[in-house]
Amino acid sequence: MSEPRVITYRQALQETIRAELERDENVFVMGEEIGVFEGSYKITAGLLKDFGPKRIVDTPISEEGFVGAAVGAAMLGLRPIVEIMTLNFSLIAIDQIVNHAAKIYGMFGGQSSVPMVIRTPGGGGQQLAATHSQNLEVWYAHIPGMKVVAPSTPADAKALLTAAIRDDDPVLFLENLALYNRKGEVPDGELVAEIGRAAVVKAGTDLTLVSYSRGMVTALEVANAFDEEGISIEVVDLRSLRPLDRETFCDSVRKTSRAVIFEDDMLSYGVGAEIAATIGEGAFDYLDAPVRRVAAAEVPLPYAKPLELAALPDADDLTRVIRETLDASGFRK
Amino acid sequence: MAEPKRREKANPQTGAQPRSRTKPASGANQAPEDSPDTLRGYYEQMVLVREFELKAGEMYARAKIGGYCHLNLGEEATVVGLMAALQPQDYLFTSYRDHGYAIVRGMEPRRVMAELFGRTDGVVGGRGGSMHMFDSELRMLGGYGIVGGQLPPATGAALAIAYRSEPAPDAEAVMCILGDGATNIGAFHESLNLAGLWKLPIVYVIVNNQLGMGTSVDRASAEPDLYKRGAAYRIPGERVNGDDPIVVRDAALAALERARVERQPMILETLSYRLRGHSVVDPAKYRHPDDVEEAKQNDPVPAFRARLAEQGVLDDAAEEQLHKDVEQTVAEAVDFADASPLPSEEELFEFSYATEVANMPNAYPGEPVMAR
Amino acid sequence: MSEVTMPRLSDTMEEGELAKWLKNVGDPVAKGDAIAEIETDKATMELESFEDGVLEQQLVPEGAIVPIGQAVAVIGDGSSAKTPGAAPQPAEQEAAGGKETGEPSEEEPEATPEPEAEEPAGEEPERGAEEPAGEEPGEPASPEPTAAPSGKAAAGLTTGGVSRMSPLARKLARDHGIDPATIEGTGPQGRIIRADVEAAIAAAESEGAPAQQPQEPAPEAPRPQQATPTGAADAKESERVPANRIRMVAAKRLTESQQVPHFFLTAVAELDAFLEFRASINATLESQGVKVSVNDLIVRAAAVTLRRHPEANASWDGDAVLSHNRVNIGVAVATDNGLLVPVIKDADRISLSEVAQRTRALAEKARAGKLALDEMSGGTFSVSNLGMFGITQFTAMLNPPEAGILAVGAATKEPVMRDGALAEVSKLKLTLTVDHRVMDGATGAAFLADLVAVLEKPLGILL
Repeated sequence: MSEPRVITYRQALQETIRAELERDENVFVMGEEIGVFEGSYKITAGLLKDFGPKRIVDTPISEEGFVGAAVGAAMLGLRPIVEIMTLNFSLIAIDQIVNHAAKIYGMFGGQSSVPMVIRTPGGGGQQLAATHSQNLEVWYAHIPGMKVVAPSTPADAKALLTAAIRDDDPVLFLENLALYNRKGEVPDGELVAEIGRAAVVKAGTDLTLVSYSRGMVTALEVANAFDEEGISIEVVDLRSLRPLDRETFCDSVRKTSRAVIFEDDMLSYGVGAEIAATIGEGAFDYLDAPVRRVAAAEVPLPYAKPLELAALPDADDLTRVIRETLDASGFRK
Repeated sequence: MAEPKRREKANPQTGAQPRSRTKPASGANQAPEDSPDTLRGYYEQMVLVREFELKAGEMYARAKIGGYCHLNLGEEATVVGLMAALQPQDYLFTSYRDHGYAIVRGMEPRRVMAELFGRTDGVVGGRGGSMHMFDSELRMLGGYGIVGGQLPPATGAALAIAYRSEPAPDAEAVMCILGDGATNIGAFHESLNLAGLWKLPIVYVIVNNQLGMGTSVDRASAEPDLYKRGAAYRIPGERVNGDDPIVVRDAALAALERARVERQPMILETLSYRLRGHSVVDPAKYRHPDDVEEAKQNDPVPAFRARLAEQGVLDDAAEEQLHKDVEQTVAEAVDFADASPLPSEEELFEFSYATEVANMPNAYPGEPVMAR
Repeated sequence: MSEVTMPRLSDTMEEGELAKWLKNVGDPVAKGDAIAEIETDKATMELESFEDGVLEQQLVPEGAIVPIGQAVAVIGDGSSAKTPGAAPQPAEQEAAGGKETGEPSEEEPEATPEPEAEEPAGEEPERGAEEPAGEEPGEPASPEPTAAPSGKAAAGLTTGGVSRMSPLARKLARDHGIDPATIEGTGPQGRIIRADVEAAIAAAESEGAPAQQPQEPAPEAPRPQQATPTGAADAKESERVPANRIRMVAAKRLTESQQVPHFFLTAVAELDAFLEFRASINATLESQGVKVSVNDLIVRAAAVTLRRHPEANASWDGDAVLSHNRVNIGVAVATDNGLLVPVIKDADRISLSEVAQRTRALAEKARAGKLALDEMSGGTFSVSNLGMFGITQFTAMLNPPEAGILAVGAATKEPVMRDGALAEVSKLKLTLTVDHRVMDGATGAAFLADLVAVLEKPLGILL
């Protein structure tokens, strides 16, 4: 294996899709504007030219139709990679995802699997207003039969997308508009992650900070700033929302006795709620302060910039809550 | 509830005549090569579906069957005709009214009954129940409980066929069975558009029993001639008498042929009438008694029997013997289902995922999700 | 449907062991019925139902240590009776439950993060065109939610008299035998946090009394892999026997006792008159089937002497001496489970035969583990007698908050010169342990001298 290259998240996705198309002829890509237009976010740029229209399938605006068609194609052994332009539009296909893709394997007694990947970016912050700025991954993470992964780095994007394509279950692969240009080292060659594992991406002793996807950028930025003050934050990247790796973050909390969760999504019923509840079950005796969540304000995300910024959680919010949590437990360096 | 009205004889807007009333002349559509054995075979299958469904209704009342239970009563000719046309290499997707299709496609009646009973010997091990018959070897890829939910996956199956094979007289094709009620949902139109756009080998069969639960077709569809609804997607449609298995079979054969050879998606509408309510628990008070009476007069099972008797293919003794055999099959199915073990709790997480990954779910209610 | 919770059954009890279920799931239960036996820090008590109904659920297995107030059972109309065993993996559940009781926080993590090629964290993301980077951030839309209205915060400070304490602090305090009531919380709204408990532990250590070893997990949760602190490398050299509640509490109380400044006084009493007196008393009482022991007489003698020496029937109370009006003598009783001290109330007022009878009855109950709370509390002075083991002299440890305990040895015959001739005399050595905060040497000596006088002229015992 050669030296890791530094590439963007977008490039990691592109290269991975290409490699899997070359590896397995049952893999094909479908979605809106992925071929001729080369993808709304250019993830599929160049593929139509190299693989042709059979394997790079432009669809009409018809999410329920083509996501459902991917379900049926997967039942017959193909491995569709479906791009939904943004996570918001998955709602139009939700019956096919929740009632069909996620149910078919278990409900039919394991007779047919549904090996498909739904790639889709979520998240707000681009002034796209209420309907185009949502984080709905938790809707799918709630559903048994689904797998939901949310890489935050280019290397994870490669490793988790490879795993998702080769997995025999429906996988919602969460991307984020703000991550596509994130750069990072990516090893060449085969790189397959184990779905269902979180990662401690920064070791620390004083507080556990849990996040995923775009939230990880802010989480690491804040954690590194605390390093300079001599405060040691351990950062856990969930990477997989279903299955959820509860042991990794509970273990971390057992060590640090404090936890803060940073998420782009709304507070109520969110990923943070699940993490906090799990810490209550798995690390109760180790907590020296209440588990805190930093999440979005509960409003339909407004268009106007000051309102949008006010609604979304940012580094300042996270820093403040970390300090409050440290103070609440009498932390002294 | 308002007084039930009689069914319209003709659509007031279009003047279209419901074609269920226009019975073909005896033997008119019958291919000359149908042997007496073939005809008796169809009849036997129709009787089997009839007796099986009557027994299922009884077992539901005896609380052997839980949940929902939708019966094919009154649709026996349609079921048998469609399954006669479907070839072994073809794929079948159906709605939740699926017992008859499962049996005539080839699933053992006793295993279908065991599924209704929720037993380990059920066709999907008791995980699906009445609405979710499935057999991958028979390429029966499922009964689906969400109205119209099967249309996009069925369309995708046709996409997979087109992806990896060329058109040919013996090519694979998909038959997707749906009820009249499913023609108004978005998935119907999206699927038809994709099939028409991509030229997929699929036949959508609209089993028009003229009632979506309690709502008659002309109260639900702006275009009640459902076979015309593919026009917007350049999908040809045909309406046939669903009470005649031979007519249904031949229309389905023709439609499947175009799907295989021309990659031309097709619509086939079969007209029949539910003899019972929407499901076992529906008393069907919304139907006019005269309609019910007329439907009984037109009951496809005795009608086909009379036709075979008339043709000298089935005498009383043979009919009696056939009935006895079917009754025994159904009785054995019940005995088998009753004797089949209930699934054990330990199997609960058996089909969580097709690919095992880290941190698989395995906690029962109330158990801590974390060990400590 | 109502929950049955772990009751508070003694003044020092924080948790109890559900020793035995007396009712099974599905059994009818009447108000007042005993549904379980609870082993507290002092004794085994019965858990009584406050309801009529059916025992629907046993929420904890036998042997579980349960804090006061936590539900142990559900009584209802019987419609939803279920046993914990109905769950599919009871063994796993129990193991999991056991683990929860006391894992040290330094434990090795079981799941190590995969050593997969993980992105180093420091990478600054390059912001794309669609990023809102560089925009002037707006003011937060809402005021900071952190400063809760003080009235509300104060109201939340203590709910039902329970002070706030973080789970970690609670566990630390429990493990180190520190009473949370003695800790001042410095967290938000006075919450006791880890730092507070650690300060309390450090304070205890600096006072010269090492904080107790962390409490071992309750008996049902042994940790076989862990080496004992004394470090027997070969596990076979020592066997680890988990302490029961009685021993645990005794260990805690005696360690506290060791922190009391104290001194010892020893005196010798001639016992011949006393023994003759006892013989004649027993002859008198024989018809009643009562027998008075040497110890009964000593208890009684101590009691009547204490009545005349209120300074010895007292306790230290921080900044004052509590002088007790009643004379209640604790009598140390050895049991299979450990040392218990039932109390003979008003030992100076009740008759000698009553002293004898009560002592006998309480000792029996103690050995059966059936002592009730009030039979063990309220002592003002104790007597410990090892004479039956041939011990002639020893010192006893104070039983706080009592200010004195009398250690009684075996009577010995010694030759003495009396009226110019050698004579054989029975002698008894008595050692008094004295709380120096309550009594000085002279007061202690006065009391002991008086006691010796009573023993030597035993008619006073009856007064």
